[in-house]
Amino acid sequence: MAFEGLAERLQGTLKKIRGKGKVSEQDVKEMMREVRLALLEADVNFKVVKKFIADVKERAIGQEVLDSLTPGQQVIKVVNEELTKLMGGEQSKIAVAQKPPTVVMMVGLQGAGKTTTTGKLANHLRKKHNRNPLMVAADIYRPAAIKQLETLGKQLDMPVFSLGDQVSPVEIAKQALAKAKEEHHDYVLIDTAGRLHVDEELMGELDEIKEVTSPEEILLVVDAMTGQDAVNVAQSFNERLGISGVVLTKLDGDTRGGAAISVKSVTDTPIKFAGMGEKIDALEPFHPERMASRILGMGDVLTLIEKAQTNVDEERAKELERKMRTNDLTFDDFLEQLSQVRNMGPLDELLDMMPGAGKMKGLKNVQVDEKQIGHIEAIVKSMTKAERDDPSLLNASRRKRIAKGSGTSIQEVNRLIKQFHEMKKMMKQMSGMQKGKGKKKGGLGGMKFPFM
Amino acid sequence: MSFFKKLKERITDQTDSVTEKFKDGLSKTRDSFVGAMNELVKDYRTVDEEFFEELEDILISADVGVHTVMTLIDELKDEARRRNIKDARDIQPVISEKLAELLQKSEEESKLNIKENELTVILFVGVNGVGKTTTIGKLAHQFKQEGKNVLMAAGDTFRAGAIEQLEVWGERVGVDVIKQQAGSDPAAVMFDAVQSAKSKKADVLLCDTAGRLQNKVNLMKELEKVKRVLTREIPDAPHEVLLVLDATTGQNAMSQAKTFGQATDVSGIVLTKLDGTAKGGIVLAIRNELDIPVKLVGLGEGMDDLQEFRAEQYVHGLFSEVLKEADEAAED
Ligand SMILES: Nc1nc2c(ncn2[C@@H]2O[C@H](COP(=O)(O)OP(=O)(O)O)[C@@H](O)[C@H]2O)c(=O)[nH]1
Ligand SMILES: [Mg+2]
Repeated sequence: MAFEGLAERLQGTLKKIRGKGKVSEQDVKEMMREVRLALLEADVNFKVVKKFIADVKERAIGQEVLDSLTPGQQVIKVVNEELTKLMGGEQSKIAVAQKPPTVVMMVGLQGAGKTTTTGKLANHLRKKHNRNPLMVAADIYRPAAIKQLETLGKQLDMPVFSLGDQVSPVEIAKQALAKAKEEHHDYVLIDTAGRLHVDEELMGELDEIKEVTSPEEILLVVDAMTGQDAVNVAQSFNERLGISGVVLTKLDGDTRGGAAISVKSVTDTPIKFAGMGEKIDALEPFHPERMASRILGMGDVLTLIEKAQTNVDEERAKELERKMRTNDLTFDDFLEQLSQVRNMGPLDELLDMMPGAGKMKGLKNVQVDEKQIGHIEAIVKSMTKAERDDPSLLNASRRKRIAKGSGTSIQEVNRLIKQFHEMKKMMKQMSGMQKGKGKKKGGLGGMKFPFM
Repeated sequence: MSFFKKLKERITDQTDSVTEKFKDGLSKTRDSFVGAMNELVKDYRTVDEEFFEELEDILISADVGVHTVMTLIDELKDEARRRNIKDARDIQPVISEKLAELLQKSEEESKLNIKENELTVILFVGVNGVGKTTTIGKLAHQFKQEGKNVLMAAGDTFRAGAIEQLEVWGERVGVDVIKQQAGSDPAAVMFDAVQSAKSKKADVLLCDTAGRLQNKVNLMKELEKVKRVLTREIPDAPHEVLLVLDATTGQNAMSQAKTFGQATDVSGIVLTKLDGTAKGGIVLAIRNELDIPVKLVGLGEGMDDLQEFRAEQYVHGLFSEVLKEADEAAED
């Protein structure tokens, strides 16, 4: 794995410390080196990292860490806290102008995801805030950008204002605003063309759009995969336009997303939303705390739990939890879990949110292909009740029978049985992890995740 | 002959316009990079620990990646010791040499695999918004100008307006687009495209695909299928699978290269958006770890803003100010 989480990174240093009664300044230094590398690998800008390390070191070298019984955990905690602090509180509110309509300008580099986000935001405003936005196609440069927004508008059944690609974006914005007033739209979302922050002329154009529309919000759309350059981009856009917030896109990928910290630290404006997929409703409030643990490679445990909470039958979950603990999970439970997990969304996305997903060997083999689930169902259904309750009964001849009965192969049956055992093992690991987390948070209530 | 002399000769061999364009596009990259480099030389006359720390920062800020940077720095330290280099200015050539060497073993490897008198199929893959469609438009233009008969396949049937985007490029550069309606199976589009390329006796078929994040297993499978269809119709196709990477991307580009590489056997990289301030240094790490060469670079949004990759030019672009100073110093 190219990415190692901070927890893994700190293993070596922690081992050394474990035997000692006290943690030396040297130990903290070594740990900070690992923290630095973890942050750099996560794409946090190197200058931001430098400053951050200096701050954390100061705190960590204090007795808080040195007197602690588990210094490693303390360091992670301090780092996590500082990171979260750096990213500020949760602020997914969109401004409201005193006099409608509220104008929101979407700006950013080419390919960051402005148009898609414009559509998502319109959907969000209507769905969550009962608003009636007008989207404005002001990207006259990229081929078919207007068409893209119009298509989104059609999908949403929401209006898109466009004057084609022969009218200047400033003029388009001006007319759109007039139109919005006339038709009583309470929001105007302007999708501007992607541009380089060093493109003087095009940056000037944004200035002019700002001038004629007096936007309440100027949202900088940033690709979560952005590297070190994120600071330059954010700084330029901010200095030029005074942005009011950031939308971080493509967070459904496997990037650590250190750009979040870079952007936040140079603009000191909140990250308001996270783009979590290509679908029109894949826009979520941004959770700084989760982002901190993601950047540090601790998995997005909280998101996972939240998803599980909204989709899983609590009673069944409790029962499973008990079975988990007593380790008498059956194939019926296995099947049930699969269907519950399926309800939570694409499996691969869920797996990616799990802490250390890359590290857990068994995990990758546990069905990621949703099509396979059909086969799994068939196999389990071909088992007798006794076999389902006690997998140890499954000898060679029984396996053969099951393969025949389910129309699969012995290999597939064997693989499933292996996966079943891996899953049991994995759940054990995860329940251990979750307990640690639960304690820290003052208990998360009955563990509602179906695996636990 | 010294590395720099060689470098200079090779560069002047090339047409000036190409070099100029390249330098122009890279000027912002160069300015910030060289700015830092110059500071490095100014501040630290001697090659010591501090010098290397600063160098480490410069390379990291170019997105080269911690791991590769540390390997590079270690090698440079050894080199400095071995050659007994004390003056910071003397180590610059060593640095450039190392970078260029790492990026490109021969100029041949950056050449696209183009069949003579036969259909060449090029498949473009990558995450969302990196510049796949734009690069296809630019490349179509280039081939067209070489007198080739070009076709483009609108394989992004998913993103709103993606087909129309390619069609606009088609009109712009005068190349036909094979398409189906939005939402249709991309593999079916590819099948159609190959048939029509065959019947129209096209020289080159450029295949667009929808952007996808590499951790979406099902979408990666879809891409494998697209590729399989091409291979089924023409056994040695696709002749190139180009992974398009945005120079602005950080360490995730490595994961992109790995996963797309596994799924589609990527034969080369197109590094786009080098006209910004991002440096795309991750290609060094990718080259180092996965041995995938950069073949093309994108230097803007216009149809002429695509260049063949040249490591010397790339590095020259990064260090040209420093080179000039070194030259002047040598003449003194
Ligand atoms: N500045 C700059 N922009 C580029 C370059 N290549 C592509 N773009 C822009 O990046 C955006 C996304 O490109 P597109 O081709 O649609 O990406 P795709 O989703 O990978 O097909 C568009 O606005 C392009 O104009 C480049 O080399 N430089
Ligand atoms: Mg495209």
